[in-house]
Amino acid sequence: MSNFRMDLLVCGGTGCQSTDSFELAEKLNAEIKAAKLQDEVRVVLTGCFGFCEQGPIVKVMPDNIFYVRVSPDQAALLVKEHIQKGRVVQELLYEEPETKQKLDEQSDMPFYKKQNRIALKNCGLIDPENINEYIAVDGYQALGKVLTTMSPAEVIEEIKKSGLRGRGGGGFPTGLKWEYTKKSDADIKFIICNADEGDPGAFMDRSILEGDPHSVIEAMAIAGYAIGAQKGYVYIRAEYPLAIHRLKIAVEQAYELGLLGKNILGTDFGFDIYLKYGAGAFVCGEETALINSLEGGRGEPTVKPPFPAEIGLWKKPTSINNVETFANICPIILNGADWFKSIGTEKSAGTKVFALAGKINNVGLVEVPMGTTLREIIFDLGGGIKDDRKFKAVQTGGPSGGCIPEQYLDTHIDYDTLGEIGSMMGSGGMIVMDEDNCMVNIAKFYLEFTVDESCGRCTACRVGNKRLLEILTHITEGEAEMETLERLKDLSQIIKDSSLCGLGQTSPNPILSTMKYFWDEYVAHVKNKNCPAGVCTKLLKYHIDPEKCKGCTLCAKACPAGIISGKVKEAHVIDKEACIKCGACEKICKFGAVLRK
Amino acid sequence: MSAIKSLDELKALRDKYKSSVDLRDSGDPESKVRISVGMATCGIASGSRETINAIIDEIRKENLDNVAVVQTGCMGYCYAEPIVEVKLPNKEPVLYGKINAAKGREIVSSHIKNGQVIKDWVVERTGC
Amino acid sequence: MAKNMSEYKVDTEKLHKLGDYMDSLERGEGELINILREAQEIFGYLPQDVQLFIARKMGIPAAKVFGVATFYSFFTMEPRGKHVISVCMGTACFVKAADKVLDEFRSRLKIVNGNTSEDGMYTVDTVRCIGACGLAPVILVNGKVYGRVKPEDVATILEDIETDENMHSEVGLQQ
Repeated sequence: MSNFRMDLLVCGGTGCQSTDSFELAEKLNAEIKAAKLQDEVRVVLTGCFGFCEQGPIVKVMPDNIFYVRVSPDQAALLVKEHIQKGRVVQELLYEEPETKQKLDEQSDMPFYKKQNRIALKNCGLIDPENINEYIAVDGYQALGKVLTTMSPAEVIEEIKKSGLRGRGGGGFPTGLKWEYTKKSDADIKFIICNADEGDPGAFMDRSILEGDPHSVIEAMAIAGYAIGAQKGYVYIRAEYPLAIHRLKIAVEQAYELGLLGKNILGTDFGFDIYLKYGAGAFVCGEETALINSLEGGRGEPTVKPPFPAEIGLWKKPTSINNVETFANICPIILNGADWFKSIGTEKSAGTKVFALAGKINNVGLVEVPMGTTLREIIFDLGGGIKDDRKFKAVQTGGPSGGCIPEQYLDTHIDYDTLGEIGSMMGSGGMIVMDEDNCMVNIAKFYLEFTVDESCGRCTACRVGNKRLLEILTHITEGEAEMETLERLKDLSQIIKDSSLCGLGQTSPNPILSTMKYFWDEYVAHVKNKNCPAGVCTKLLKYHIDPEKCKGCTLCAKACPAGIISGKVKEAHVIDKEACIKCGACEKICKFGAVLRK
Repeated sequence: MSAIKSLDELKALRDKYKSSVDLRDSGDPESKVRISVGMATCGIASGSRETINAIIDEIRKENLDNVAVVQTGCMGYCYAEPIVEVKLPNKEPVLYGKINAAKGREIVSSHIKNGQVIKDWVVERTGC
Repeated sequence: MAKNMSEYKVDTEKLHKLGDYMDSLERGEGELINILREAQEIFGYLPQDVQLFIARKMGIPAAKVFGVATFYSFFTMEPRGKHVISVCMGTACFVKAADKVLDEFRSRLKIVNGNTSEDGMYTVDTVRCIGACGLAPVILVNGKVYGRVKPEDVATILEDIETDENMHSEVGLQQ
């Protein structure tokens, strides 16, 4: 083994990959070779650092310098300056937007300061395609511990005691789920890892699978030992090619080292893992639907009970846990239930990974203790709203969740508090919206999604959601009356009460929460036929500010309908009745004279 | 790769690979020994690359964890290159000059392991 | 009984390839989704005759195959264009106006009905969240991710595709 004195950790997550981090890693390698330093300095492609907004990211260790937005062209500069001359490259450092200060260490950045990484602990630290690096950071020690020193019942007891709840959305206690499955009497049982991360805007499971696949494999084996299963399936989205690739490599390596297969670590316990691909259906996140899909059929849910813990895959008892839940298992086994319980809130122990996206400065993944406030997450870690716009709402829980307005920003979030304010934890997507987002339109977006993804099995969801979408479309097109809003609310409630599975039971949440907190916007659309955020095209009215218009005639030339009139060097006028609201005039005007209301 | 047949074998494997990721432990910088080697043009020209690699090699041989070896730019003592600075936790940093590979190894065994500063090689700090 | 391969109105060679793949798997309905994935990989889409072939070879009703193929958004029954442009319609991309990007592609390529341009060169569709929310709005062009796309960028992206196309055909001529 060579004595490397420096590691360049290059983020190889999907986010950074699409900003050319693979090319960057190649160029860095080439430059290092050209400088004949290949025996001293090493480039390691790691999993996601979480700071996707600033990718590609390069972290230099042991110097602990954190470079952001490094383009492949800058590889030569980085090698020459930092590695050969020992000078920190100032222009590649992260600049804090508020103070304009350049920060060189990761731990100085507000984005990382308040984080507590358990599920993401190895993401951005180790090479996910090299099992030895995972072993070096105590990988498979937890599996070794349970196989040699704990009985299955003790494992379940430890997980129950830790207070870990399912990170996929429902928040069901993981230990209990395992216990129920263990108690079901059957010759064969199964473990399923739900990696069908369907919530738009949530990408923590992808990052864990890309950055630390072994942590999931190890935890699945532990779960298998606890409930008495010898087979596990990973049901993973086809839309995640990189995660699939890394997971495949990890499974192969685990088999090679005998950490999967028969007689693991010389014990009687054996465990096999198979990969199965989802083919793009949101409803397959629901347990029974996922099982139907795994069996090769349409991913339609069935009535519960019986729960999968009794009758699951191929009619055998099955425990289904999601990726992030599994990622918490090994740390709990190694550090103990009490350690885990000491983090987070009383009823929601541990941390939660959130995917920050939307109109926020630091888009990325953060892992914080349960009970952190929304304000801390959005403003301290997330760096506030993009372009200094005003915060309007944050949407959590994906299409099943709701929009949370400003007055609840100081809520300490966990499973229960989010439910109380009309949203839910979901898988942890957090989409931040500013004043330019129309809340009615957002509700409509989510309904379009659910209508598309409804499997069609129960009438409430199949037909009901379609009607909801029609009503919302009427509202955004100015064709609704006040009583329409009442109908919208009633129907939402009915669908919630009468749908078969979680998809329909939660699909009206985006409507109900926006109606509750942004009622004025709904009224503006209905009564004044006006979209305050200026989004709903049919309600827009373009007009030209005569003060600002210089009479350059550009807009008149650009107007496809030819309804802008005016002489050169005189203020122009839009014929509002004939306007087709295409926005061409606004786009072309150099003086900001075309206004949209 | 051959299969791991027991927990002890797994532990041995972990200890074997642990050093390869030690570099990445940012840990608590205050509690760590920090050895900085001047790696600017003048340093490299005087052989600081050999020095830093010797130091790292020695540390690995002696199984010293809790030591971070980092390179720095020009410290302004070009006449005394290669320059090595040793900072033990809660102590003032000590600056050594003209440290070749052999001297570097000795610094590790004497200063880092036993806390004995090698006074003959210390460079006096000037100004600031 | 399984029909002779030549009776299916699709490329026989491709059909053989699919048949071989199916033979390599364990029997049972559990593999249907994997088989459909492979079939789409081979044919580019799932023509009716391919579905029939799969059903007969597996010994299951064609309705079941059709039911599964229509259920999942990953499967398509329409031939796709030479270049596939997928606009991510995840929430993060949506709040950053991905719909405007989609409209721009459709209008520039004059796609009115369906997803494919008249000359069969381009397919423009939407894709479920690909998890690159940090780069929203995101599009996939022939599988490659483009981030932070604005409607203004659409023209350049299309030009790039065409330049690539011409380069490849020139190379093709030289050979």
